[in-house]
Amino acid sequence: MLVSAPMEFVEKARIMDGMRINRALARLASEIVEENHGAGHLYLVGIQRRGVPLANRLADKIADLEGERPPVGVLDITLYRDDLSTVGANPIVNRTDLPSDVEGRNVLLIDDVLYTGRTIRAALDQLIDFGRPRRVQLAVLIDRGKEHRELPIQADFVGKFVPTKKSEIIKVMLDDFDGEEAVAIVERPTAEGE
Amino acid sequence: MKAQLSQRHLLGIRGLSADEITHILDTAETFREISEREIKKVPTLRGRTVINLFFEPSTRTRTSFEIAGKRLSADVINVSSSSSSVTKGETLLDTARNLEAMSPDLIVIRHPSAGAPHQLARVCRASVVNAGDGAHEHPTQALLDALTIRQQKGSFEGLRVAILGDLLHSRVARSNAHLLTTLGAEVALAGPGTLAPPEFASLVEGRSLRVERRIEDAIEGADVVMVLRIQRERQDKAFLPSLREYAVHFGLTRKRLELAKPDAIVMHPGPMNRGIEIASDVADGSRSLILDQVANGLAVRMAVLYLLGGGAGTNTSNPTTRVKDEAGTAESQSSKPAASSADEPATEPLRAAVSVGGTGTESSK
Repeated sequence: MLVSAPMEFVEKARIMDGMRINRALARLASEIVEENHGAGHLYLVGIQRRGVPLANRLADKIADLEGERPPVGVLDITLYRDDLSTVGANPIVNRTDLPSDVEGRNVLLIDDVLYTGRTIRAALDQLIDFGRPRRVQLAVLIDRGKEHRELPIQADFVGKFVPTKKSEIIKVMLDDFDGEEAVAIVERPTAEGE
Repeated sequence: MKAQLSQRHLLGIRGLSADEITHILDTAETFREISEREIKKVPTLRGRTVINLFFEPSTRTRTSFEIAGKRLSADVINVSSSSSSVTKGETLLDTARNLEAMSPDLIVIRHPSAGAPHQLARVCRASVVNAGDGAHEHPTQALLDALTIRQQKGSFEGLRVAILGDLLHSRVARSNAHLLTTLGAEVALAGPGTLAPPEFASLVEGRSLRVERRIEDAIEGADVVMVLRIQRERQDKAFLPSLREYAVHFGLTRKRLELAKPDAIVMHPGPMNRGIEIASDVADGSRSLILDQVANGLAVRMAVLYLLGGGAGTNTSNPTTRVKDEAGTAESQSSKPAASSADEPATEPLRAAVSVGGTGTESSK
């Protein structure tokens, strides 16, 4: 999961602007309804925080295509993290809200960036505590590449594939939190080498 | 990005900043949802041990802490004074050292003596939560009251709160007075002269707290009316002529409640003495939030256990620091605290305890 980058990070490249993010989401929406034969059993679940606005935007686009807006839920995975004993301070717990039952639904988890896969592991564990979905799929705006994965988890739908180094961070900015729409690669300055 | 408490223990409300209180309340608000799930359990404190050490009878608070721990997947052990070696003459410190040898991560303690949790905090590596110490503090009760008020009223700024009854023996009143005035509420205390000494007005410095003779004067225009329990077990020194007289002059009746704002809410920390400090029709009335308080109590205790026990090394790592400050050592921890508290009056040991936390409120910001 991405934590908003502090000031000492330098931006290396902007890889998406608002228009490109929008186009990527439009394509993802088409792929999702094609793969699921419509929106009938779909249940979109955004992972806090930036997965949530992305889930809502995908639901809007699916509604445009299918005339039916799938329900949208919100998952906060903090309490299911595997690193609570090492992260130091306790991360802030955000809201979890699954308004309809996950039982028997095609759940589509949505997050901004897929990196190690640990966030998704936590989301899967939490989701299954809420019931037994018929199928769980994963959509991400950015996939940083399989070589970073620490668990056998892959995305079913990818907005943009961005191979990165470990020292780099993908920064996804959305109007809802950041006041602008962009995806950037940032890196810690090498001079300070940590 | 990551807010946290400046202290490793929750010993009292006094010493907490408004930001810290708000952070606990915000966390508690998100924890409410867990208790509405079909599987009311998250794996957050898996492998952590919570000991409930209760030297006074308690159903609500102990059960609440026990369920809170279990819903976070901690292992919860209850020790009560009647069934423990305390009855065989063991001192509090010896009990603590023995429990400590079993490596608990959190110890929740209720004790009839003010300052007992602070003493425990000085000798234990575990995080200590005060679940009520004498007439001193009961921080989780004040936090759950605040959560209940916030859900109804939105904010605390300028809110008028009346706290009625046996203030002298009430740790709930003290914790609430600190908490509510810290968040900007105007608090009026009232009760019989023997149980509501005027000196209480100086409990908090520079914030809005007053003591009234007549409860009507405190209730008038109030947004929140909080009734305290008459502690019958502590009435052996003739503070009151009779319980009946108390009910007549100081009980919250429907008629007295009419003096408050039309949308005023009624609260009571329980257990209630119906017909004494609160009339049954008020306790069961539509403005009573007594059962909401119980539900919020669970959420608050989950939040406190999470915030104190969920992060880095509760038992194994450096006890002085939870977070940023890596400098402290176990030795500096133990050398700091005790001296400053030696001369403190028994009812106010918290000032001393605050320094035990290692990092002050400022340094963590």
